[in-house]
Amino acid sequence: MNDIPSIPKRVGAIKFGLLSPREVRKMSVTAIITADTYDDDGYPIDMGLMDLRLGVIDPGLKCKTCGSRAGECPGHFGHIDLVAPVIHVGFNKTIRKALRSICRNCSRLLLDSEKKKNFLAQLETSKEMGHLPDDIINEVFKEARKSKTCPYCSTEQLEIKFEKPSDYVEDGHKLTPTEIRDRFENIPDEDVKVIGMDPSSARPEWMILTVLPVPPVTVRPSITLESGQRSEDDLTHKLVDIIRINQRFQENRDAGAPQLIIEDLWELLQYHVTTFFDNEVSGVPPARHRSGRPLKTLTQRLKGKEGRFRGSLSGKRVNFSARTVVSPDPNLSINEVGVPYAIATQMTIPERVTSRNIGLLRMYVLRGSGVHPGANYVIREDGRRIRVSEINKEELAEKIELGWTVERQLMDGDVVLFNRQPSLHKMSIMAHLVKVLPDKTFRLNPAVCPPYNADFDGDEMNMHVLQTEESRAEASILMQVQENILSPRFGGPIIGGIHDHISGLFLLTRNENAITKNAALELLRKSDIRVLPEPSSYSEDGEPLWNGKQIFSQILPKGLYLEFPAQVCFKCDTCKKKDCEYNAYVVIEDGEMLQGTIDEQAIGAFKGKILDKIVKEFGSEAGAKFVDDFTRLAIRGVMKTGLSFGISDEDIPKTAKMQINNLLNDAEEKVKTLIEAYEAKELEALPGRTLEETIEMKIMQELGKARDQTGNIAGKQLGLENSAVIMAKSGARGSMLNLTQMAACVGQQAVRGERIRRGYAGRTLPHFDKGDLGADAHGFVKASYKSGLNPTEYFFHAIGGREGLVDTAVRTSQSGYLQRRLVNALQDLEVQYDGSVRETRGVVVQFKYGEDGIDSTKSDYSKPEAIHRIVRMVTGKEVN
Amino acid sequence: MTISEATIDSMISQLDLPKNIMKTLKDDVMKVGVTKKELEDIIDRVRNSYAYACVEPCEAVGVVSAQSIGEPGTQMTMRTFHYAGVAEINVTLGLPRLIEIVDARKQPSTPMMTIALEEEYANDRDKARRLAWEIEATHIEHLADITTDLANMHLIIDLHEKTLMQRGLKVDDIADKLREELDVMVNVSGSIANQVIVTPNSPSYRELLQLAKNIHFITLKGIEGIKRVVIRKDGDEYTLYTEGSQLKEVLQIEGVDITRTYTNNIGEIYDVFGVEAARNAIITEATSTLSEQGLTVDIRHIMLVSDIMCCDGEVKQIGRHGISGEKASVFARAAFEVTVNHLLDAGMRGDRDELNGVTENIIVGQPIKLGTGDVHLITR
Repeated sequence: MNDIPSIPKRVGAIKFGLLSPREVRKMSVTAIITADTYDDDGYPIDMGLMDLRLGVIDPGLKCKTCGSRAGECPGHFGHIDLVAPVIHVGFNKTIRKALRSICRNCSRLLLDSEKKKNFLAQLETSKEMGHLPDDIINEVFKEARKSKTCPYCSTEQLEIKFEKPSDYVEDGHKLTPTEIRDRFENIPDEDVKVIGMDPSSARPEWMILTVLPVPPVTVRPSITLESGQRSEDDLTHKLVDIIRINQRFQENRDAGAPQLIIEDLWELLQYHVTTFFDNEVSGVPPARHRSGRPLKTLTQRLKGKEGRFRGSLSGKRVNFSARTVVSPDPNLSINEVGVPYAIATQMTIPERVTSRNIGLLRMYVLRGSGVHPGANYVIREDGRRIRVSEINKEELAEKIELGWTVERQLMDGDVVLFNRQPSLHKMSIMAHLVKVLPDKTFRLNPAVCPPYNADFDGDEMNMHVLQTEESRAEASILMQVQENILSPRFGGPIIGGIHDHISGLFLLTRNENAITKNAALELLRKSDIRVLPEPSSYSEDGEPLWNGKQIFSQILPKGLYLEFPAQVCFKCDTCKKKDCEYNAYVVIEDGEMLQGTIDEQAIGAFKGKILDKIVKEFGSEAGAKFVDDFTRLAIRGVMKTGLSFGISDEDIPKTAKMQINNLLNDAEEKVKTLIEAYEAKELEALPGRTLEETIEMKIMQELGKARDQTGNIAGKQLGLENSAVIMAKSGARGSMLNLTQMAACVGQQAVRGERIRRGYAGRTLPHFDKGDLGADAHGFVKASYKSGLNPTEYFFHAIGGREGLVDTAVRTSQSGYLQRRLVNALQDLEVQYDGSVRETRGVVVQFKYGEDGIDSTKSDYSKPEAIHRIVRMVTGKEVN
Repeated sequence: MTISEATIDSMISQLDLPKNIMKTLKDDVMKVGVTKKELEDIIDRVRNSYAYACVEPCEAVGVVSAQSIGEPGTQMTMRTFHYAGVAEINVTLGLPRLIEIVDARKQPSTPMMTIALEEEYANDRDKARRLAWEIEATHIEHLADITTDLANMHLIIDLHEKTLMQRGLKVDDIADKLREELDVMVNVSGSIANQVIVTPNSPSYRELLQLAKNIHFITLKGIEGIKRVVIRKDGDEYTLYTEGSQLKEVLQIEGVDITRTYTNNIGEIYDVFGVEAARNAIITEATSTLSEQGLTVDIRHIMLVSDIMCCDGEVKQIGRHGISGEKASVFARAAFEVTVNHLLDAGMRGDRDELNGVTENIIVGQPIKLGTGDVHLITR
């Protein structure tokens, strides 16, 4: 059983602590004493910053510590012995607090033993509870600072002032790091515990550095420029500075230089060590590169979005991924994705050679990497990877044996993950089955656009090829598109018909639509329908005819019962339900559509009632099949009648135009009278509003009403046969408002919900009089898009449009941050086997998920539909 | 043979189902009338159906909830002001409001109250009006014209009789109040009706101007912080809507129906009624903010967010000063915000990261303990 790879050990926990000088020396492989890096031959200098014992980055060299080559050697730490201790910037706050709360003479915490015990007990409990000790520790410091004399040695305590960046002044005398370190060294262990530190892993004096660890070269690799010149990492530059000053300090001190010079050098050393840790400390000028660019030192490497934590540890770059433009293909299933040849031949899936597949895999290898279902690499039993090339493919195919792995190319039916950024919800990454296709774009069924929020105006998407059997199993069970038809956000379908799907089925089912046998079969050609139902009527020459509802019924599963009002419903005061005279009430019995019209309410994404019902009652597979079927049927349906929309579709007769003009003139007249009333101070202010606000509101109201009325006139003229009206009414695309704006009147342009006011002093544009309150002077666009806007209208329209753009830009960043915060706060929550929701510490957040334990995708929008159904099924009696 | 209510009750009440399900079940079977066998069948099916509809253990409900609230955020408008409910009062809506709620701000940008009245007041417009004046903060500029008399070094306040009457105030009351608050000499003019003269303690221009400024800040009547009260008839009763919110003070006013009075200031609800009420307020506010934008989000997601904000007994923010900043794991905190500080603190305290959460395990590169990662196979 030697060939079973050992299960990797799990990291159980990670302990943090401070490095003691002893530890630094212990882990160091060498002291670094010289600031030079390479000698004249380009060979690393011994005990220099690039010492070969610190690890290697140049190919060909071997590490003197572990003997590995570049890439294998993890690197080893070195150290610099600092001539005098310096403060670690990151701990300034703690050092300050600790200094103030310990005795200046005996270094004991300025609290009596009773209080210490008390705080210690508090810390213990908070640790047990899993809370952070911050508050208690701050309380300790605050309490200790209050005592003016030491309770142990009765020494009077002096005020210690902190001066940026790292000076501590006690009563006019500046404390040197050495003095501070001495004080800290004398703090007894039990007092250290009270200030929240663990004396075994972090003694307070370790916050003041006497030895500086030098990170291995692998952490700060130098790069060789094209010119052959070496360019060192920012950290190396900083370390060079530290060593230089350290040396100079040493020389000066040994030579017995005056105190002033020593102090200056000490400060300089402090500066360099400070900027080595953090180059953005307030009050410290950042260390700069020769070019003037601030150096990126340790803190900068960790911090922020591109920093080590968020950029390299929480999020990583991956292999086995592809990216290209997406385009639609309604003939694919929603579970499929069309992958271009060029990508399929590059991406591979490792397959282990067994006695069952050896023949097949041998064939792939024999084809090589050039012909499609081929293989790109083989991996020998000892782990060596060999590229399959034209030269060695026969030889390799011959050599393959059990235990080898063949990396074969992507083929139809492979499971891949498909993703579009921004990945805002779990439906942004779903598993698809590969379908290798010609051309160069990813193809997907347009019904899966809504969850990805994709369109085809040049959107690009990513594909990830899964590499292990477990991941493929998990992906196809949990992540496949059909498993994600229902969105947990609202428990309804997020995948469903859009645009042409809706208008296609709308046109097909709206009227009787006498469909001949040939046409019917053509419509259902791509669905698994082999038998047509009884024809609904016969033509004059005895030919059987079917109607659209019958054709649509063919793709509905047997046993489906459903009733609901369609999108085109007029929302009458009392719904006549089955007797609806507008054909707007859908009735489906046992999978047969009896009346109504199919539109957005039936099959649309987010709304589709039929789809919702099918997925919840017949399962996700039936749901996927239904979506596949209706996309194909709808595309053929819309092709049968044709649906086009052009500029002439917005034409309205002259009389209607006159009506609209009169209406708008009337409205303008009314606005004028309002203004007159306002100027004559006759206008009554609304409660709680100023007169100015009142007139604005009234004008807005008046103009809004006028725009709506023009819309009604235009709507009447366009009629139900107009393509745009069909699209708007069925919910396929656009709204009546869009149509109104195109055909009748664009209406008021607004900025922050008000009429446009900004511009010149007292007026929006020089075309108007100062103080003009009229409709046209404040952004009312009388024209329609079709008739064209006049220059002032055009300008106002641009103002309104710009606001929209700014709004979107601001919103994306804000909502992105909101999302990040929400996910970060909630990501550790999980439903336990007892139905409760707990976080990682074991804290119960909810005793039962959502108070009833129900999954939103499995409930009928939190309504008791299921119970009514069960009672009806058992008793055969209607509940309501 | 239909069975009696008592039998139905005894059969249903012992089921391990959520209350609302049991209630609908009972109502349904009561309505149609069932035999014992039928009821047994129904109960069996309902239990199966409920078991099917339950969330699966190990489901990462937290992330799902977070995404379900965050994703519609991208579709929300930025437009801050909108007239919700009452046309006269501006309320923050959309994304800014949602951010405000999860931030657990102590003071929302547009606090607003809906004050329900007790029956006696609710049907009487005059009484409601009077109550409104009790609540609305009355400042001097509402009642009077103030003239700064530089020659005599005092302020002359000419009160409007009509507004005084309307707000139920007397000249003497105002003078007393001013005297008390400003600590200066306030005289009711004898010659001119409704005139009050305010004289600064020392005759300096600076003090006079300061006085003229300070006088505007004094609340003469009503509750400080409530800028405006609007009366509206909702259904068949009068309801007060206020701009500004002072729940504690308002609840003490006679005539206010404590059980139905509401504020959109979650912090105040927490202070007055406690966490449970605050939790419900977060749910209501978040739900109404989302639904006002036409976005449907299942209430379970909002509940979970609200619960995690309130589960420690106080309302905590979603972010680095709240939940994310108090996580047990050093790595999880460091990967969120203020990376370096968390690492330094952890080192100083000698913390141990037990690697139980999601971020920590991703950082060290091992499977997370959620969903399929939380299932273990044990072989014998």
